[in-house]
Amino acid sequence: MTMEVESRREVSGEDDLARQELVVNVGPSHPSTHGVCRVIVHVDGEVVTKAEPVIGYLHRGIEKMCENRTYLQVVPLTDRLDYVGSMYANWAYCRAVERLASIRVPERAEYLRVIVCEMQRIASHMMALGSSAADTGAASMFIYAFDERERIVELFEELCGARLTYNYVRPGGVSFDAPEGWTDRLKDFTNNHRTALSEMDRLFFGNVIARGRMKGIGVLSAEDAVSWGASGPVARGSGVNWDLRKHDSYSVYPRFDFDVPTGSNGDAYDRGRCRLFECYESCRIIEQAAAQMPEGPVKTDGLSRLISPRPGDAYDHIESARGSLGVYVVSEGGPRPYRVKFRSPAFCNLALLPMLAEGHTLSDLVVVLGSLDPVFGEVDR
Amino acid sequence: MNIDELREHLCKEHPDLCPLFSIEFGDGVLLVDRGRLFDAAADLKELGFDRLGMVTAVDRDEEFELVYRLTSRAMSCGMFLKCRVPRENPRGRSLVPLWPAALWQEREVYDLFGIEFEGHPDLRRILLPEDWDGHPLRKDYADDRMIRRPDYI
Repeated sequence: MTMEVESRREVSGEDDLARQELVVNVGPSHPSTHGVCRVIVHVDGEVVTKAEPVIGYLHRGIEKMCENRTYLQVVPLTDRLDYVGSMYANWAYCRAVERLASIRVPERAEYLRVIVCEMQRIASHMMALGSSAADTGAASMFIYAFDERERIVELFEELCGARLTYNYVRPGGVSFDAPEGWTDRLKDFTNNHRTALSEMDRLFFGNVIARGRMKGIGVLSAEDAVSWGASGPVARGSGVNWDLRKHDSYSVYPRFDFDVPTGSNGDAYDRGRCRLFECYESCRIIEQAAAQMPEGPVKTDGLSRLISPRPGDAYDHIESARGSLGVYVVSEGGPRPYRVKFRSPAFCNLALLPMLAEGHTLSDLVVVLGSLDPVFGEVDR
Repeated sequence: MNIDELREHLCKEHPDLCPLFSIEFGDGVLLVDRGRLFDAAADLKELGFDRLGMVTAVDRDEEFELVYRLTSRAMSCGMFLKCRVPRENPRGRSLVPLWPAALWQEREVYDLFGIEFEGHPDLRRILLPEDWDGHPLRKDYADDRMIRRPDYI
């Protein structure tokens, strides 16, 4: 952790030590932040009295760049938003464009989209759990989680050739059909993954040190979660049962049987454990989707490369690993979008940091930040 | 509550908002003027829209269009609240007293569009450095480092 002491406690008067706030600069680079985030922390002794995140270090102006490209050329840009979960931004953007331009998607493509997004959820949660565990000193958890993530990345590589920025979901379908034997390898993965998940649950969430570090830290009430616009595991850890897959169901999700895990205490522990339980549910969805997936095309026939929707605006959202990811597209009738806005769940969740970190020690700030799971590509856009 | 029930309910409780209501892609759209923005938002909150999902703006030449998206678990549809503010005097009302979710999102709109929000407790740039010139998401924004793609694509 890089820290600069900006002001020191000063000695004043004869014998009394004046109590003065110490301002500590954390960042702008820290491994727990999955990107570049700076937090200006005011501490009284060890206790945080005020934490102010300074963001924008990864701002690339993606929304502005979108206005200068065709609808299809925007898809690779969406990969660069949440680079731990590229599939989500791909899909959310494509849904908004498909809604605006009335493009129909073949059923097999919808199933493939669901499968890759649930795989992505596991991969993203493994990243979140592994790195937040590493921040608290649990290095072995990091290795276990990344091993699981690697299995998924290998399957993605087989599917579309890329390991991080997939550019897989396109308006009107997906770029490639699943190769032969891929769904069988997927089934092997989910079987092994369940065993790994229970192992990780015992190893990390059952560990007395991890419990001590995470229980009661960064408590978020259900009311605050709703009014602050928190979503995903951050809101569900506080007992807010809100999952777009279930409550604003899209694509073929109504056909699958799955549960939405929620926490009750709203602390870092519940948020983390929600992520772990969501991986079990993702395994269930993947298995059902792979079994039900029909044969057929994966792309709409006869779709022009130059999509020019009618003037208007459309919004669509999906449940990403971080929460509800929305895309708002405005068309003026030309081949390029007039305006694209990405409603980033990580941005909204990160806004909670000042409130959650207050009153905890500086070392707990890292736990709180890790439990919010921000990916700065998406926060800064 | 679905969209038709919502329209009915809205027209009964708030007859003044009724003519401003329309439906697009299954979502409700309410276009209000600047003076009514805050009250309309408060009314929608009372109707059950407890989440402010998104705050953004669109550059419409002479005007900026502020776009708010509200959602709720109790509703089967989303709700857009739109409000146009003139380009010469781009000022809106802050919704922070209703939803703290607006705190950062309004700062972002201020940063990228230069629209000011009356009543915002901490209105300053959020993504760009404090000393940045201009507001990049305005259509007339120009910058030496910007690359324009050729029109033939």
